Amino acid sequence: MRRDRGSHPPAYAPGYKTSVLRSPRAALLSIEPGPLELSRPVFGTEAIGPLDHNLIRNFAAANGLQGEALGPRIVVHGRVVDQNGRPVPHGLIEIWQANAAGKYRHVKDGYRAPLDPQFGGCGRCLTDADGRYQFFTIQPGPYPWPNNGSEWRPAHIHLSLFGIAFAQRLVTQVYFEGDPLIPLCPIANTVGDPVAVDRMTAKLDMARQGPFDHLTYRFDMVLRGARQTFFETRPEGM
Amino acid sequence: MPIDPLKETPSQTAGPFVHIGFAPHRAGFAMPFDTGSPRAHAVGERIVLTGQVLDGSGAPVTDAVVELVQADAAGAVGDKAIWLRSPIEPETACYRFETVRPGAIGDGCAAYVTLWIFARGVNIHLETRAYFPEDTDAPATDPVLSRIEQRHRVETLIATADGPGQYRFDIRLQGERETVFLDV
Ligand SMILES: [Fe+2]
Repeated sequence: MRRDRGSHPPAYAPGYKTSVLRSPRAALLSIEPGPLELSRPVFGTEAIGPLDHNLIRNFAAANGLQGEALGPRIVVHGRVVDQNGRPVPHGLIEIWQANAAGKYRHVKDGYRAPLDPQFGGCGRCLTDADGRYQFFTIQPGPYPWPNNGSEWRPAHIHLSLFGIAFAQRLVTQVYFEGDPLIPLCPIANTVGDPVAVDRMTAKLDMARQGPFDHLTYRFDMVLRGARQTFFETRPEGM
Repeated sequence: MPIDPLKETPSQTAGPFVHIGFAPHRAGFAMPFDTGSPRAHAVGERIVLTGQVLDGSGAPVTDAVVELVQADAAGAVGDKAIWLRSPIEPETACYRFETVRPGAIGDGCAAYVTLWIFARGVNIHLETRAYFPEDTDAPATDPVLSRIEQRHRVETLIATADGPGQYRFDIRLQGERETVFLDV
């Protein structure tokens, strides 16, 4: 089915100043997805490592360190379905985030908060046959950024998804239920209404806490749907 | 199955630190996994496709990541489709793909590669196509190029030859020569 552009932020959202010069002015040219867009991405990610989804340990382990990242330990888990409610199996999810102090491990991040020597800030996983996924990480901190003077991003995790067709490609951000910075954030609010913001907000999932170990947040996602017969005809590539 | 389709999860900008997720070496560190490469391993005639992403003032966007999707050299898609990822490199302010010349898919289109742009200030990734200048019939016969009403904009989807097997394709997000972007 056509991408419902109304579900997404407009390219031009002047409250988020950087979008002003980076948004096309002409209308998008609408075309039907063809065999390429309906193809299934193949990444060679069959070798996803046992720590790839574990941001508390994956950076330290890769750098010969023994420890774990600092900060509130959380699991973010959920299920990915398409707009028809069908699970999206074996889809690649990549995430990246700031550390518990709100600092990114990036040469361009000038925020004064400290780096965590045990934390890199990225991970990946594949959804299972039922579309379920899970990351183990720390709660990222809020951080300031220049927009209307100093604004503050609510705590968030950047998330990229591939479904079972290239046409489903999506990059979004995961916010956390109850964060008072969400309604103030020009980026979160590019989507226009609180109901849409809520679709990007992970919910505290107390029943799934890891007792004496971690809190758990649930974040379900919906990718673009396709014609009913479409997915069945795809080769199982991955 | 619900009669009303579910609403898609909304897109958000990839932000200024997209490299941590997509190309950690550009963020300044390495991870044991690195998903996505700007180099294709498929068999075929080798080509290089490079260019800048320019904002509405004509300034190069240096913090973007560009992804490429194309058919293989024989025009095969499905699990033969090629997907690559290139950050804008600081020395050149260009993305750069080393790939194979795609074959025409047989959807009636001339050979092309699809490009996606992810960046700070880009709220939902932009999609465009690079066609090849040797296909001189393409503007008239390709079902996408031939549908572009403002004919002077067709050239924004055609790479320029820059030496044997070398192509240049700049992407203008806005302005006088704004690239045609697709809603596929
Ligand atoms: Fe961020």
